[in-house]
Amino acid sequence: MDTWRPPVQGICLPRSASGPARTGLSPSLTAQARGGGDQRAAAPAQAPPPRARDVTVPRHARVDVPVAFRKEAQRLTMANAAEQWVLVEMVQALYEAPAYHLILEGILILWIIRLLFSKTYKLQERSDLTLKEKEELIEEWQPEPLVPPVSKDHPALNYNIVSGPPSHNIVVNGKECINFASFNFLGLLDNPRVKAAALASLKKYGVGTCGPRGFYGTFDVHLDLEDRLAKFMKTEEAIIYSYGFATIASAIPAYSKRGDIVFVDRAACFAIQKGLQASRSDIKIFKHNDMADLERLLKEQEIEDQKNPRKARVTRRFIVVEGIYMNTGTICPLPELIDDIDLISANMENALASVGGFCCGRSFVIDHQRLSGQGYCFSASLPPLLAAAAIEALNIMEENPGIFAVLKEKCRKIHKALQGISGLRVMGESFSPAFHLHLEESTGSREKDVKLLQEIVNQCMNRSIALTQARYLDKEEKCLPPPSIRVVVTVEQTEDELERAAATIKEVAQAVLL
Amino acid sequence: MRPGPGGCCCRRPVRANGCVANGEVRNGYVRSSAAVAAAAAAAGQIHHVTQNGGLYKRPFNEAFEETPMLVAVLTYVGYGVLTLFGYLRDFLRHWRIEKCHHATEREEQKDFVSLYQDFENFYTRNLYMRIRDNWNRPICSVPGAKVDIMERQSHDYNWSFKYTGNIIKGVINMGSYNYLGFARNTGSCQEAAAKVLEEYGVGVCSTRQEIGNLDKHEELEKLVARFLGVEAAMTYGMGFATNSMNIPALVGKGCLILSDELNHASLVLGARLSGATIRIFKHNNMQSLEKLLKDAIVYGQPRTRRPWKKILILVEGIYSMEGSIVRLPEVIALKKKYKAYLYLDEAHSIGALGPTGRGVVEYFGLDPEDVDVMMGTFTKSFGASGGYIGGKKELIDYLRTHSHSAVYATSLSPPVVEQIITSMKCIMGQDGTSLGKECVQQLAENTRYFRRRLKEMGFIIYGNEDSPVVPLMLYMPAKIGAFGREMLKRNIGVVVVGFPATPIIESRARFCLSAAHTKEILDTALKEIDEVGDLLQLKYSRHRLVPLLDRPFDETTYEESED
Repeated sequence: MDTWRPPVQGICLPRSASGPARTGLSPSLTAQARGGGDQRAAAPAQAPPPRARDVTVPRHARVDVPVAFRKEAQRLTMANAAEQWVLVEMVQALYEAPAYHLILEGILILWIIRLLFSKTYKLQERSDLTLKEKEELIEEWQPEPLVPPVSKDHPALNYNIVSGPPSHNIVVNGKECINFASFNFLGLLDNPRVKAAALASLKKYGVGTCGPRGFYGTFDVHLDLEDRLAKFMKTEEAIIYSYGFATIASAIPAYSKRGDIVFVDRAACFAIQKGLQASRSDIKIFKHNDMADLERLLKEQEIEDQKNPRKARVTRRFIVVEGIYMNTGTICPLPELIDDIDLISANMENALASVGGFCCGRSFVIDHQRLSGQGYCFSASLPPLLAAAAIEALNIMEENPGIFAVLKEKCRKIHKALQGISGLRVMGESFSPAFHLHLEESTGSREKDVKLLQEIVNQCMNRSIALTQARYLDKEEKCLPPPSIRVVVTVEQTEDELERAAATIKEVAQAVLL
Repeated sequence: MRPGPGGCCCRRPVRANGCVANGEVRNGYVRSSAAVAAAAAAAGQIHHVTQNGGLYKRPFNEAFEETPMLVAVLTYVGYGVLTLFGYLRDFLRHWRIEKCHHATEREEQKDFVSLYQDFENFYTRNLYMRIRDNWNRPICSVPGAKVDIMERQSHDYNWSFKYTGNIIKGVINMGSYNYLGFARNTGSCQEAAAKVLEEYGVGVCSTRQEIGNLDKHEELEKLVARFLGVEAAMTYGMGFATNSMNIPALVGKGCLILSDELNHASLVLGARLSGATIRIFKHNNMQSLEKLLKDAIVYGQPRTRRPWKKILILVEGIYSMEGSIVRLPEVIALKKKYKAYLYLDEAHSIGALGPTGRGVVEYFGLDPEDVDVMMGTFTKSFGASGGYIGGKKELIDYLRTHSHSAVYATSLSPPVVEQIITSMKCIMGQDGTSLGKECVQQLAENTRYFRRRLKEMGFIIYGNEDSPVVPLMLYMPAKIGAFGREMLKRNIGVVVVGFPATPIIESRARFCLSAAHTKEILDTALKEIDEVGDLLQLKYSRHRLVPLLDRPFDETTYEESED
């Protein structure tokens, strides 16, 4: 180490003497002085590679500062090239040179020699801590508790307890209700055909798969389900994940890497947010469903690209949108956006009433996830009985395409019935089976809003209508939606029940809010 | 007592020729706490007795034989040849001399920035593709001791597979994580699950915080807490997500995570998502961990110099690629000394270790109270799916309100819950039989027997002698494929792994033992492994074991990342 250090300093010091170069250099040196593992990380954090390339100051400094030295060198080379009598002339010149010049050059030479042989210069006084001091510091340090205490009346601490199946009729906290809260849109949760298929699978394969897809965790049922999903979605290939949340959260970082750009809707759900975070890409957020805003961002990016075409050539760009936004109940204006989609990711935990998720698209796109989708590679595969249930659910959907029109009609009905409740506003498309009820006027504090809405939910529950508030992690959400009650429509709800639900919500809301 | 920098006296291997430890005669280097004491006594080196001896209530025999130099050189040469041919093939494909089998981007999108970096796929295209048939083998039966595999063929060098329709019946399954043999389609677990399935259906269609908290979930969580010996527990729908969605709830900016270098991808992802600073310590190396802890507290956060808010140590019970068991007594001593918190991932060790299957904490005879976050999965020993976190009531209350999984992810499917409940009760002996206990014992016996026999045959085996995960070293890339295929030819299904799951020269085969394996099955497997070992010249061992602590430790190799 020591043998190559001095020349480095020789360059360093004149640079730091020249001013601006010093600022770029000092942080990494500070880290070095402290030793340990800090230096690697500190350096890139301070001076990211592309910026480092732009800094030209040091190069100037290195050329400019030792001007005197360079002149001297020039003179010496001239002397070397000439014949021996020139040496005499040189000695003569030395005599003739003014004394101050000689002294100055002499000092410069000595200075260079000193720099070459001196030890590491200290950027700051450092004094190593003694062992005893270290022990005292260790003794002194008190960590924060692992988790902060949770107050007993935290709104999310005490869960509703559902006894028995969460199907059309649901028993919540001992009270029998009609279910307007579970995403069981098509009522397949307690469908006897689905149950029978799952049961047959259970009797053949048992419950668990005891391995990831790569290591004997691929069952014939998984392959069937992937085929069926690909056909159902009219794509080349599909890939299944064992957990809905992990599907999109794994798919995004499989493609989008550090340095890539993702344009994403403001209202995107939490799984998308986490996937984006895991990808470490640059994230550009556009206003919810605002295509003009997206266009503005894309144009901005185009200008950016023209400035740096080399970077633009390797930067992938993605647009991430949701079909029906879970957080708002609105639909994405897909025709305006694009005529062709590279990847669709979906969840089997709602309409299909099973567990897990899938992605589908062209083989060129999807196949990549089989080695790069973290939640696919590193997790146990989906229990075969859940895959079998999903297949049977697909069968039912394909056999009764009319089921979707029925659902749509019911959505329209309750939407209409819920309009005009004083104090509550309906958010979401009229054909969306999941939509939100917002407070028309916020009380000003989120906590109070949540309490008011909870009161409505509780009273509805007492009157046999099971509803739930949409839950969020307030501090984690990128754009936290306002508090709301989520209403879910399913095909099993009769017209009578829909009317009753709307009437109940109306009455309760009036009682609570007015 | 000072836990010392990694059992300071034992850093150098103790030469213990033919010493007797646990009734087994060993040659070469041995490292274990109790065994070292015996060895030292035998060799007359009393001063070598480790200070940590007191921490361990049982012998800890874990050793790794160094890669023989010739093998390492040949392995690198192997990769070199493969890479050269890879470039040649790529060149031929580029000029359309060789037919291109892989899917390509559509013409309309050819002018987009390419979706994948070309080099990213070089390895997949030219190395992985040659031996792709060893992975993703589809099965069509219970993943029990024996399994039925669907036969498939490739006519284009593994670019695509065709199913012949034949089924390879009764393949001995050495690959599934069915440690206790609960992957079954008959018996009490299946009957109970079937009953719940008929009553509840398979889905839940909501999250725990909204309306997906079933009475079954509550029942399971109470049982898990009792099983682990902790105050409370919470369960989640996926093991991977249990890590990746809960670590961010526990730590954040200004906190430090100390993570073992071989931690599972889910722990790494969770740590990254949390936003905390991550520092990596050498695998199971207590010196390295202690140095990081000490430096972290003494020097505080980089740049701001503020003290860390809290320090969380992430370790696994059994490391699934290494077969090693965490040095938990030492980790706990360090954590107490430096006031750090401990997150223990028992994905592979729960059920598989300890006299009554309570995992690595019981294995070492420790108190579950000393582990702050007990995490594990139901996928392996319980033959189900999902994961749990156990600990103090405050911790679980906090997770109930702040876990990403509780708010945004669908809860566990009811029949899966029932499978966990029944199998867990069976292990606890609450079903009125001693079946569970016998399974745990059978697994321990199988593990010792299988490991001993493989060592005797002269294979290089990694890991702890009590770990049911048994890696057998193959080293050379060509042997990965050859071993997998030869074993399947002999009706034995094994898992082979290479780069990037392992270091580039340490490709290996991995056997997972199960209580369902009978002695007869194991003997058949061992006989075939012996044969294939001779055929492929896999018996590299020269019986010179290097304890884990003495694997090269370079102080300058810490990594750090901040997001």
